[in-house]
Amino acid sequence: MRRITFMQAINEALAQEMERDPTVVVFGEDNAGGAGAPGEDDAWGGVMGVTKGLYHSFPGRVLDTPISESAFIGAAAGAACSGLRPVAELMFVDFMGVCFDQIFNQAAKFRYMFGGKARTPMVIRTMYGAGIRAAGQHSQSLYPIFTHIPGLKVAIPSSPYDAKGLMIQAIRDDDPVIFFENKVLYAVEGEVPEESYTVPFGEANFVREGDDVTIVAIGRMVSFAEQAAEELAGDGIECEILDPRTTSPLDEESIYESVENTGRLVVVDESNPRCSLASDIAALVAQNCFEDLKAAPKMVTAPHTPPPFSPTLEDAYVPDPERIAAAAREVVEGAGARA
Amino acid sequence: MSGIVKLGMPKWGLSMTEGQLVRWLVEEGAELKPGDEVAEAESEKINGTVEAPAAGVLRRRVAREGEVIPVGGLLGVIADPAVPEGEIDSFIEEFQATFVPGEAGEEAGPEPQTVEVGGRSIRYLKHGEGEETAILLHGFGGDLNNWLFNQEVLADGRAVYALDFPGHGGSTKEVEGTLDELAGVVSGFMDALGIERAHLVGHSMGGAVAATLALARPERVASLVLIASAGLGPEINEEYIRGFIAAGRRKEMKSVLQLLFADPDLVTRQLVNDVLKYKRLDGVDEALKKLAGGIFPGGRQANVLTSRLTESEVPILVIWGDKDAILPPEHAAELSGRAPAEVLEGRGHMVQMEAAGEVNRLIEDFIGGLE
Amino acid sequence: MTTVDTARLREPSKEELLESYRVMRTIREFEDRLHVEFATGEIPGFVHLYAGEEAIAAGVCAHLNEDDYIASTHRGHGHCIAKGCDVKAMMKEIYGKKDGLCHGKGGSMHIADLDKGMLGANGIVGGGPPLVCGVGLSAKVRGTKQVGVAFTGDGGSNQGTFLESLNLAAVWNLPCVFVVENNGYAESTSTNFSTRGIDIAKRADGFGMPGVVVDGHDFFAVYEAAGEAIRRAREGGGPSLIECKVNRYYGHFEGDAQTYRAPNEVENIRRERDCLDMFARRVTDAGLIERSELEQIDEEVRALIDEAVEEAKAAPEPGQADLLSDVYVSY
Repeated sequence: MRRITFMQAINEALAQEMERDPTVVVFGEDNAGGAGAPGEDDAWGGVMGVTKGLYHSFPGRVLDTPISESAFIGAAAGAACSGLRPVAELMFVDFMGVCFDQIFNQAAKFRYMFGGKARTPMVIRTMYGAGIRAAGQHSQSLYPIFTHIPGLKVAIPSSPYDAKGLMIQAIRDDDPVIFFENKVLYAVEGEVPEESYTVPFGEANFVREGDDVTIVAIGRMVSFAEQAAEELAGDGIECEILDPRTTSPLDEESIYESVENTGRLVVVDESNPRCSLASDIAALVAQNCFEDLKAAPKMVTAPHTPPPFSPTLEDAYVPDPERIAAAAREVVEGAGARA
Repeated sequence: MSGIVKLGMPKWGLSMTEGQLVRWLVEEGAELKPGDEVAEAESEKINGTVEAPAAGVLRRRVAREGEVIPVGGLLGVIADPAVPEGEIDSFIEEFQATFVPGEAGEEAGPEPQTVEVGGRSIRYLKHGEGEETAILLHGFGGDLNNWLFNQEVLADGRAVYALDFPGHGGSTKEVEGTLDELAGVVSGFMDALGIERAHLVGHSMGGAVAATLALARPERVASLVLIASAGLGPEINEEYIRGFIAAGRRKEMKSVLQLLFADPDLVTRQLVNDVLKYKRLDGVDEALKKLAGGIFPGGRQANVLTSRLTESEVPILVIWGDKDAILPPEHAAELSGRAPAEVLEGRGHMVQMEAAGEVNRLIEDFIGGLE
Repeated sequence: MTTVDTARLREPSKEELLESYRVMRTIREFEDRLHVEFATGEIPGFVHLYAGEEAIAAGVCAHLNEDDYIASTHRGHGHCIAKGCDVKAMMKEIYGKKDGLCHGKGGSMHIADLDKGMLGANGIVGGGPPLVCGVGLSAKVRGTKQVGVAFTGDGGSNQGTFLESLNLAAVWNLPCVFVVENNGYAESTSTNFSTRGIDIAKRADGFGMPGVVVDGHDFFAVYEAAGEAIRRAREGGGPSLIECKVNRYYGHFEGDAQTYRAPNEVENIRRERDCLDMFARRVTDAGLIERSELEQIDEEVRALIDEAVEEAKAAPEPGQADLLSDVYVSY
């Protein structure tokens, strides 16, 4: 099958949905990049180029915005309530600080607060994660905060295939969806069908099957977990890797199904540890699979610090395959394991 | 070291690079005929049986149960009882020392292609060359991969095509949903590829399509192999059709797909995922509903072709599994007196996968006999 | 900045005038009655009453079609009524009942009816203006002639959302109108303190859009200014800002002792600048409408509000299952 990058997969999803549905619009800072400037109109296509090319294909439906996240994220909510399916870009999720009200008090609340009569079909695309030496205000993995808010859906693709299918599902979904794109994954290639398709929300992907330990990994951590599993397989430890793909809704059932079989859990989460996806999933498993557990669940996360700048420090900050492998080894054969 | 035959890990499908030996089905020392089931193996996508490639005695079980072996890697050794032990040992030693597992994609064989038929893009896979041609037609909701265990084997000395019907696999998803339409696609496909005449091997709905074409254009159909075929009676498991269309999640889909096999363990998570990935393509849901509505309306088969087939002159072979839960095995007898019917014990609807070796031999004998 | 010469512009028709009077009277009666009922302790939470500001909601919404949108504020009952929300369902919502406009899940601060183009009262000060930019974008992309109006207060006008929205609406040239209801107080903090000495409407200059100040007690002044701004928006002329200087009759919320206000401040306004009195005087003096026609409306409205309160009190509570419904779309 054809192979394209994670970034191309998102771009293709946007293009195909814009083609299919004239109410889909795309806007954000530099989404065209160059609108109104003397040079090229579509100079950037977003700061990383994800929306590049859409500006000319869909006149009037790809808009640059002033640097006013409150206004244009709120506008996405208003547009969603009045007949559009906007895809707004919050360039880095770290910038949620300047527009969070529009997301969690407005968009997230409408359906419930208005007695089920409002539809808010909007997508907020946002970059997350460490790895590009961008330090404390451009590198956080803040999806737990959004996962915490009822009314929001949260998608975190780990592969080009999922990126396209989850994006199409997000656009067609009638609830506000926060779509997390790990900036380090943009260049990753994978098999992606040319046709449009959806990946449903709330269905974890069994990335790898195994009987010894369940590793739940999110976003970029999925490929790290695969590397760890590969190494452990050499030592006879078979890992089952689950990628939840969406953290809200969360496919609890598949996680329990896997842990019931393996009896061991490692959760890998790039976010900070307190009130994280890792702590949430570990708690759910402890509560619901206690009888099946042969060892205490282990969390592999970033430390409870802001993301550092120094490459040396940043590399130590992000969970890596070695730490994942060590955690898996420990729950299988270490002191934490019980017979 | 003549008379020594390698029992290797088979390659099932393009993406398979390795498989796990699940269990041995025979002991060392067992007497084997070609096609005897020797072991069960499992790829990412599918579980299957490894068959004896030649007659002889299973002299060694080299691979352990549970071991993962690259495609082409050594599972065991078959040889005449007369071959000395030492020769067997040195065969193994030499093989293991020189064997290089293929990379993914290496020796991948032919890739699927597409051809324009009546404004629609039809995906197909071609194996083999020869004067004679066979075309494999999958069933409702299936695709050309349903012939994973058959196509390459049947392509020894003939050209064998497997295609995706509209609404399926990698073909255009728009479909009206009648047997005549699909039969027209097959004849259009033959036109487009310059195939004058072909043996049509149809499974389930694909069997009814093959029969429809044979009745409409007998000059283009050399023979019919109808495997667990539709079109031979009004009954069909409506629950399966409805369930297949409705299932959106893994769990639902798994229990639906298990109806297809006598051995439910053959439905792997990967198989379920692959079917779901297909179902989640735009247009598939609508296509399946149209096909179900047109060909199996109200849970009955709209077209029963038995009497017309009886009157026709096309050579026919009928194959069924006696544990078929989709189309009743009794339908196999509907053409009795007119066509031989082979009902395989302990096999389900996907009999060409569950008993690939046996089905392949039956088809080979039948078509080969005509040729 | 321009000012509107109300004498120069077209007067509304008699039917329109009667309808606008009915809207204003309904709001007044609704709010006066809530003031009384709230004191009995039967209404949960808190309510912010719109009494005194009726001319603004009525004067603006008189120009809007059902498919135009408004975004409102925490003081939203008046906007709801003027945009055509069902009064009885509103009352039930304020009582937290199952048949309320939002099934008892929103309450006074979040009454909404998307079918009527009412995007919700809003518990977040400054929450509405960005939403209305979205409405404007939607109308523009879909090629409709819809208009979005954001009501906000003097307090809301100091939020970043308001200023960002003015800019975005101007930059995207959206069919939006921003209406600031300057009632002199952000909660208890005076506008004299929180904005430095200039009209809020003057901020429009900084964003390259027209801005006007009008007397928010004067239905006709609001009507004319809004008519001009909404016409301009509909015709593709972009956004406008209207500041309506007005007074609220009750506190920030019910229970507010209003010790920050001057003695007799409200009484004087009620006597001299009451929007309903001013309206009645003007239309009867001009011989457009008989006093008795207005009195008949007063009667009808009083009966409606009586029924609304009675029915709201008797209406069923939501069931336990309602706690968990309507949070995600089901699929």
